[in-house]
Amino acid sequence: MILEGKVWRYGDNIDTDVIIPARYLNTSDPQELAAHCMEDIDASFAANVRQGDIMVAGKNFGCGSSREHAPIAIQASGIACIIADSFARIFYRNAINIGLPIIELGKDAERIGSGDSVRVDLQAGIISNKTSGEEFKIQPLPGFIRDIAQAGGLINYVRGGKA
Amino acid sequence: MAMTMTEKILARGAGLDSVTPGQLIKCRLDLVLANDITGPPAIQEFAKIGRPVFDPAKIALVPDHFTPNKDIKSAEMAKAVREFAARHGIVNYFEVGRMGIEHVLLPEVGLVAPGEIIIGADSHTCTYGALGAFATGVGSTDLAAAMATGETWFKVPSGIKVNLRGKPPRWVGGKDIILTLIGMIGVDGARYQSLEFAGEGVAALTMADRLTIANMAIEAGGKNGIFPVDEVTLKYLEGRVERPFTVVTADDDAVYEREIEIDLSALTPVVALPHLPENVKAVNTLPEITIDQVVIGSCTNGRIEDLAQAAEVFAHGGVHPRVRAIIIPGTQQVYLEAMQRGYIETFIKAGAVVSTPTCGPCLGGYMGILAAGERAVSTTNRNFRGRMGHVDSEVYLAGPAVAAASAICGRIASPEEVLA
Repeated sequence: MILEGKVWRYGDNIDTDVIIPARYLNTSDPQELAAHCMEDIDASFAANVRQGDIMVAGKNFGCGSSREHAPIAIQASGIACIIADSFARIFYRNAINIGLPIIELGKDAERIGSGDSVRVDLQAGIISNKTSGEEFKIQPLPGFIRDIAQAGGLINYVRGGKA
Repeated sequence: MAMTMTEKILARGAGLDSVTPGQLIKCRLDLVLANDITGPPAIQEFAKIGRPVFDPAKIALVPDHFTPNKDIKSAEMAKAVREFAARHGIVNYFEVGRMGIEHVLLPEVGLVAPGEIIIGADSHTCTYGALGAFATGVGSTDLAAAMATGETWFKVPSGIKVNLRGKPPRWVGGKDIILTLIGMIGVDGARYQSLEFAGEGVAALTMADRLTIANMAIEAGGKNGIFPVDEVTLKYLEGRVERPFTVVTADDDAVYEREIEIDLSALTPVVALPHLPENVKAVNTLPEITIDQVVIGSCTNGRIEDLAQAAEVFAHGGVHPRVRAIIIPGTQQVYLEAMQRGYIETFIKAGAVVSTPTCGPCLGGYMGILAAGERAVSTTNRNFRGRMGHVDSEVYLAGPAVAAASAICGRIASPEEVLA
């Protein structure tokens, strides 16, 4: 799968309360959640994000609450993939489980800036920053985490009789 | 080979002789938990799998976040959980009137025992490590799959050993200990790792202290926090847990990625300043910080010991005229006991309001939302931007003694100032 889009860049320790504030958790409807995604740190995001855009962040992205509403909101907003230096573990699981591509890139995540045009080739394991001309290698997912991702998420994986 | 407590419990759950950090395993589960926010998406995903629940006695459903229902949408979510529980014969469904804040409630009613493996669709599920269980938070889809299969996958975490020694001074509790640790290692200092508490200092900690400490392992990014099982644990389990359980101990030569020493006797009451739990400062080093609201409660500090500490402070002074003090017993049992011991009367006479058990204000749900520019001292667990209300409000995390003293003084204050 090849993903290509404009980058929305955020910093370290982006918590699930700013990804989707709890005042909106009285629904789990993806579109309703997407309408408020990131609004407490970036009021321009929800209105301007386009289908296929890519979110890039620093360390510990998705820390805090276990709310799956956070990756659901990001996915429903149109974001095709999240690249970060590192992810909080529950967010990481949740993204894999709902079939949202997620890439732990380490320090190189710093080399992708806001508004950059980025191309992600998940099969080949290559991220190309078309704005800067740099390329980064993606570490392959291990074992059955890869199987879950390839099934498009955990429910498909379980229905396929793998668990 | 030598293993940590976490490794031993996970190896047993996976049916393996041993496991090593980084290994991917599938484990059988002793209990899976959801609440009124994470339950409805889990129920939707569960329906897609098309299987019955793996064991109706090993699923706990606790509507606690937005209950008693705060609005129509929340009422619909609570209803979805209630109907699912009835349809699948879920044994441990807790209705308003019997429910409490999930992580205060489940240990209290004996649903957690040493050596067990528990996942919950709530990040503070790690609380149960206080009882020597392996417990960690997951999302709704993980929970849906677990309700169907009775198992889940884990990456075995590497361990951080936290050696505790000495005894905490009078006004230092579990909250001060865990905030101090998070201040030392940062909000991602234990990311993907296990925080294993050890050392002679553990014996000086009450079960409430340990539950508070394990509860906030997630605030350091930890997968779990776990305490050894000792006499304090076994006494707590008496009359609560009838089923057999396995006490697991770490091997003396277990390998940890890192070791941290904390001298409990050297600690002082602390506060985590906005907007991260790692911004930890000693109360007595702070400038004057005036406040508008105090919340005492939550899965972190809503136990009877927490209310006892607050009541002790409120017996020496009333709530400052500028401050709203909101006290939330963690469960109906905690509420009842607080009433029998006279704490509720102390709180009301001091000018505080006492609420039914709910997570409400901790996550900015209801029952104490902050307006723009307002500041709260809260015994809850997160002070992220906008966590308790308006994006321009501020949350200062503290233990119940500091929270009560701050309510009286109208600014962040140490209990010694009130009781002096």
